Formats: sequence, C-alpha cells, structure tokens
Amino acid sequence: MSRPHSTGFGFGFGAALVAIYAFIYAPIVISFIFSFSAERFPTIPLGGVSLQWYGFVWSDPDVHAAFWRSINVAALAAPIAVFIGFGAAYTDYRSKFFGKALYLTLGLLPPLVPVLILGVAMLFFFAKVGLFGGLYSIVISHVVLCTPFAFTVVRLRLTQVNPALEQAAWNLGAGPWRTVGSVIVPMCLPAIVAALLVTAAISFDEFAVAWFVSGMNETLPVRVLNFVQGQASPRINAIGSLTFTISMLLVMSALILLFFRTPQGSAPIDAGRDKP
Amino acid sequence: MNASKIVAPKPRLARSSSGRKVFAFFWGAPLLIWQGAFFFAPLVFLIVLTFWSVRSFRVQPDATLKNWIKILTTDYVWSAYLRSVVLSASCSLITSAAAFPFAYFVAFRLSTRARLFATCLLIVPFFTSYLVRVYTWRTMLGQHGAVNNLLAWIGLPTQTMTDNFFGVMVGFVTLTLPLVCLLHVLSLSYVDKRLVEAAHNLGARPLTTVLRVIIPSSRTGLILGGAFAFVLSFGDFVSPDLLGGRNPPLISLLIIDQVKGGSNWPGAAVIAMIMVITLVIVVLAASRLAYSGRK
Repeated sequence: MSRPHSTGFGFGFGAALVAIYAFIYAPIVISFIFSFSAERFPTIPLGGVSLQWYGFVWSDPDVHAAFWRSINVAALAAPIAVFIGFGAAYTDYRSKFFGKALYLTLGLLPPLVPVLILGVAMLFFFAKVGLFGGLYSIVISHVVLCTPFAFTVVRLRLTQVNPALEQAAWNLGAGPWRTVGSVIVPMCLPAIVAALLVTAAISFDEFAVAWFVSGMNETLPVRVLNFVQGQASPRINAIGSLTFTISMLLVMSALILLFFRTPQGSAPIDAGRDKP
Repeated sequence: MNASKIVAPKPRLARSSSGRKVFAFFWGAPLLIWQGAFFFAPLVFLIVLTFWSVRSFRVQPDATLKNWIKILTTDYVWSAYLRSVVLSASCSLITSAAAFPFAYFVAFRLSTRARLFATCLLIVPFFTSYLVRVYTWRTMLGQHGAVNNLLAWIGLPTQTMTDNFFGVMVGFVTLTLPLVCLLHVLSLSYVDKRLVEAAHNLGARPLTTVLRVIIPSSRTGLILGGAFAFVLSFGDFVSPDLLGGRNPPLISLLIIDQVKGGSNWPGAAVIAMIMVITLVIVVLAASRLAYSGRK
C-alpha cells in the first residue's frame, strides 16, 4: 500500500539517496578523520594517527580566549532570545490584534535575510550608534538571529496546549501572571529548554555577523574563519570536530526533550480538542 | 477559534484594563523593540547610508546619488553581479534536481521510522560548521589536494577543481543541499498518497504520475526550496573566497572588500541594497509562482 508504483525508479532513486548523503557527509566525516592525521597535508590513504592538532588547539591562547567568548555570547544570547521568543509565541497564541501579521513578519524575518547583508547593516548601524566592537555587539546580533528559532520551537508546543486550560485557571481565580507561571510555562518547559539549547548551538556556530560586528573580540567561529583564510592547517579540523561535538550535544539534548519526553497531561488534554 | 466558543470568564483578568495592557506589553513588546532597534533600524540605516558621502575618510550625512551612480556605472560590479546571479540560479537548479529524486525515495519508499531517521540526518549538517566543511573541500579538491594526489598516484592526470566556478558550486551545494532536501521531503510527504495510487490505478506511468500529480501537488515546497537555495548562495562569501579563489569576484566578495578593505561604506551599502532588491524580486516571483492558482 505504501508503494505507489511497483516498478519504476526504485533503484535509481535509491542511488540518489546514497549519493546525496555521501555528498553532505563527505566533508563532515573527512574533516573528523583528518583531525587525527599525523601529516600537515591530507593524503589518501591516511599517513599516521596523532593527536597533535588537538594539542596545538589546546595550547593556543587565541583559541582559548575565542572559545570562552563564544561560550559567554551563547550563554547570554540564548536566554534573552528565548525570553523574547516565548513572549512573542505566547502573544501570538493568545491574542488577536491589528497588525499581528506585520508584527510576526518583523520578528521572524531575520533568518531569511542573508547574513552578509545583516552583518554589513549591523556593522554600519552599530558603528554609528556606538554599539560596535564589544562582546555585547555579538550578543545583540545573535539575539536578533536566534529569536525566530526560539519563537518557532515554543509556538509549536503551544499549538498543543488547549486554550481552555488557561480559562480554567482564570475560573479558579488565578490572575494572568499566575496563569502563565503555573500553567503555560510548565506546559512549555521542555520546549523552552529545547529552545535554549538550539539557540545556544546557533549562536555558538555563527561566524558571519559576529565577524562584522565583533571588532577585535573574535569568537571561536570567527577565529576559524581567520584560520581558514590563512594557511592550511589540520588545527581547523580539530576545532571543527570539537565544536561539532558541542553543537550536537546541545541539539541532541533538545531533540530528546522535544520528542522523547512526552509532557505530562498533554495527551488527555489534547484528546478533548476539536478537530477543525 | 476554539476559545471563542467557550465563554471565557474574566474574573481577575479584567480587573483593570491597565493591568491587562502591562501584561500584554510585557510578553509582546520585547520582540517588537529588539527586532525594531537591532534588525529593522540597521536595514533602514543601510538605505540611508547609500545617500551619504565620504569626506576625508569619514562617512558624513548627505543627500547625494553619487554612490548609486558610481556603483551602477562600474562595469566590474555588473559583471560580478551577473556572475553571482547565474551561479546562484544554477545552484538553485542543481540542488532542486538532485533533491527531488532523493525526496521521492524518502517520502514514498521509506517506512515512517526510516523517514524520520532520514530527516534527522538532513538536520545534523545545519549544526556543523560551514567554514570547516568548505575548508575540507579545499583540502580535498585543491591543486595539491587529496583527490589530485590520489589521481597522480593511480597515474591519471590531475584536475583543476578549485579556484574556478566548479569550486564555488561545490561550496554553494554544500551550503544549500540539506535545506532544499528537507523542504522537498516535507512537501512530498504531504502529497496525498491516494492521488498517487489513483494515478497508478488509472494506468499512468511513473513518469506521468511524477509530472502530472506529484510535482503539481507539491509545487509550493519545491519552488520555495529553489528560492532558498538562490537566497543562501547569493549571500555566501565563504565559498567564492575559499573555493572560487576570489577571481573573478562575485558580488558578495565586492561587499567584503569594500567593508573590510577600505572606508567606502556608502559604496558597500549600495551593493548591499542591489543584493536586497534582487533577493526581494526573486522571493516575490517565487511566491507568486508557488501560490498562484491556490485558494
């Protein structure tokens, strides 16, 4: 039943599947392998195995400083973005008002604008108003970029929350603040934590806008950009493998929170919802 | 919709309308304030800046069309622009053509569980460093890269695969393919399987079914995928630099040079505006194409 045609493109399309994954994963896997290479220049077959590039990365003070800057930026940008994103998602969930479409468009547009344009615009503007060149400049720009993702993650969760729950809380005498605190936030908690992890991962990996607005405060991805523009060095592979591991830990935790931990009480509540 | 059916009692909510306003403002306003101040304002300032002038290496308020005229009458800006448009359009076509059979297989041939796994495999690359991936392609495909080493070792002639359009395209496809595949998989997954079976039962050959049933009913997602590929690759400056060798330049590299190299910010702003206008036209045309004839 699930097969629309018994014959046809099966084999060729299966080959497309393999080819696409091979192309997408080739640079990721190869970079990982060559981060353990003993040679400076990659060769096939692999010369020898060594951890020297990780050693270089570990003992590079620039990389250390850049790493901590990235951690700081992500640690500030993620909570701010999630607070704003949650507020906007809740506003979208609860209220209808004039200009709502425009409100959401303005709020959610940033990821659709090329980072080059965004970076240049922010550089010029920040330089003009005196916000250029600090860590806070990167935090500000990363909040702009991350908020739409936080909004989306929380908003998806809110679609599963029955609006009658809020009204029940009001009925029982809770004010709007208390209702948010004891009904909405707990219901959305997995999504909120997932949004924190996803936005932290996005901020941790962002190089373009940070490169424009950071001045001398290079974050880890900006350090990598400067490495990449210079001499070839397997250090880049080592940093890449480390940051990939961090990002994936964040994202995997987010996915587990979102999909494998069913929030209590959602099933019976959802069961009573009208189907359109 | 649901809420309107149930008569909402508003005991304490309506206690004071000013309290309610504070509440609504507290949750709703931060988005408007932050994105207004740090997203919208910079973009507006970018437009304003195109009319300013540079005097003795300082950018000063002005109302001149000088920057526009200068950029629009420079030949190499136009050639870089056309090169970028052609390359990004090619990237859009190549990734869409590659993603469709892939998505067809994933959406129609895989079990639900396998489809979820295949989709997750498409999301993982978003969290790997694009820089590192491009760098790895360069060490693989470069003149003295691993692939050429291998070719020489076997005894085949070496190939030039970087510092040309091929290199740029490898980078563009690396950047855009996961997203385009994801959009294709999503849109093909929403195609009504009964339509496909009906076509099959009515004797349509597989190719006819694809062209007359599947593509029309998943059109929106397919076109959006192509548009995204164009937008993303058009703004990319990493691949043109590292895999394209900067020469001949693309429009994105002109901006970088103007910004990082000199103090001609108004000139860079004009080029940025040309890119924005191009992208708006592409996105509008794509959504017209994607949604025309829909309810």
